[in-house]
Amino acid sequence: MNKVDEELLTEVLGSDYEHADAINIRKNGESIKRSVSPYIDIVSKKDKSGIDIIVKDNVKFGIVHIPVIITESGLTDVVYNDFYIGKNSNVIILAGCGIHNDLHKDSEHDGIHRFFLSENSKVKYVEKHYGEGKGDGKRVLNPTTEIYMKPGSSMTMDSVQIKGVDDTIRITKAELAENTTLVVNEKILTNNAQSAKTEFNIELNGENASTHVTSRSVATDDSYQEFKSNVTGNTKCYAHVECDAIIKDNGRVKAIPEIYAGYVDANLIHEAAIGKIAGEQLLKLMSLGLSEKDAEAAIIEGFLK
Amino acid sequence: MIELKNISFKKDNKTILNNINLKLDDEKFYCITGPNGSGKSTLAKIIMGIEKPTEGKIYLNGVDITDKSIVERANMGIGFAFQQPVRFKGITVFDLLKFATNKNITRKDACEYLSKVGLCALEYVDREINNSLSGGELKRIEIATIIARDPSVAIFDEPEAGIDLWSFQNLNSVFKELETNYKGVILVISHQERILDIADEIILLENGQITETGTSKDMLDRILCDSKCCKKVMK
Repeated sequence: MNKVDEELLTEVLGSDYEHADAINIRKNGESIKRSVSPYIDIVSKKDKSGIDIIVKDNVKFGIVHIPVIITESGLTDVVYNDFYIGKNSNVIILAGCGIHNDLHKDSEHDGIHRFFLSENSKVKYVEKHYGEGKGDGKRVLNPTTEIYMKPGSSMTMDSVQIKGVDDTIRITKAELAENTTLVVNEKILTNNAQSAKTEFNIELNGENASTHVTSRSVATDDSYQEFKSNVTGNTKCYAHVECDAIIKDNGRVKAIPEIYAGYVDANLIHEAAIGKIAGEQLLKLMSLGLSEKDAEAAIIEGFLK
Repeated sequence: MIELKNISFKKDNKTILNNINLKLDDEKFYCITGPNGSGKSTLAKIIMGIEKPTEGKIYLNGVDITDKSIVERANMGIGFAFQQPVRFKGITVFDLLKFATNKNITRKDACEYLSKVGLCALEYVDREINNSLSGGELKRIEIATIIARDPSVAIFDEPEAGIDLWSFQNLNSVFKELETNYKGVILVISHQERILDIADEIILLENGQITETGTSKDMLDRILCDSKCCKKVMK
């Protein structure tokens, strides 16, 4: 790994990117580092590009790092990663992709991640997307996440895309069995002419399944964002979807809510708010001595924290 | 010390403030009171720089600040607690106190400011300033930002507005403490008898003009009597 690789990995996972129970670092379409533990295994797929991450039953506080970096301009990297989480296991998975593109061809990473959570397992999944480089080639990231939750399991998914990604189509699908909880926190900032589209399709199929989806986004310059959520409640369940967006300059945001209650005890809520930074918020921070520019930056930083 | 000379403010051809002259000294607690729509909040906003006067001059410790911006006035030592504190998604109480002090304060420092306004600090320091906080909690956090900022002129715009009786009692003790120990000018816009009672001086504003000033001892009974007489007339 060279300096650019290390910097990309640090952006995506932080400086501790090598400290985990199981690691797979993928660079330009190939695995360049892998380590496993007796209770978390990583196996390459035979039929297509990607890996299976297998967490045994009853693993407590396992940590898995599976970052992807792309430094080759013009490369389209498609990867299929499947996560099998054993019964009663509890793991933290840090993933994400950093693209460095200094040239004129587009670089793209399409990560298709599927999660199979066994009974009473618990997953915290953190995914950060980042782009950099001086070239005019686009940095494109299209993640798809599918989540299948068995009874009693829970998952929190935090996804962050703050800088340098030109185009994104992010799709998240989930099927929840009884007594499961899925929490999704999404944070996106777009600028220049960037575009980010996110789509959630969540089916609450088991009694007492619940989901909380929070999307906070900031669209500046000439960028465009689209947030689409489709939550279906097929039983006694609870869903709360919240989409908050700040627009600046010529930024545009579209929120498309869809909730469907197919059962009388399904309790589904969707909230969406889009607007520029409130004048009173700026005034308050300016009355504390912050310049208008600093006040605006502080509000956005807090909003996306 | 802050001084207002011949301050007038007009909006939409309506005179909101008419030739206000005021001199507010350090280590004194002033209350501006008066009927709704008399121009009290506008006057407070003009001192902070949120509104600009149509006529007149404002001096802070002898320096003309009439054309200074809100940020410049804040950095020169004027602090303003809003009547309706602003909510921020994502910004925590700790963040706001840090902005207020403009220093790298510790959590312990933040907790001390919160304790001064009667909040159980550890419970609040990491809370987001969002809809999960009640009106009374927001008011006290707003006041904590002013205490943390320690300005030479501290303005509080109707601190009692929109809070319950229990919160008000706490608030009242906060102002009593400020009255005793604060070294700068305290200016509170208020209708509340118990806050007016703390004041060294009460300024009565009616129809955009100062109609009377005096100590709370001299003025409070009369103001209350007038409002009761008013009620009798109304009956």
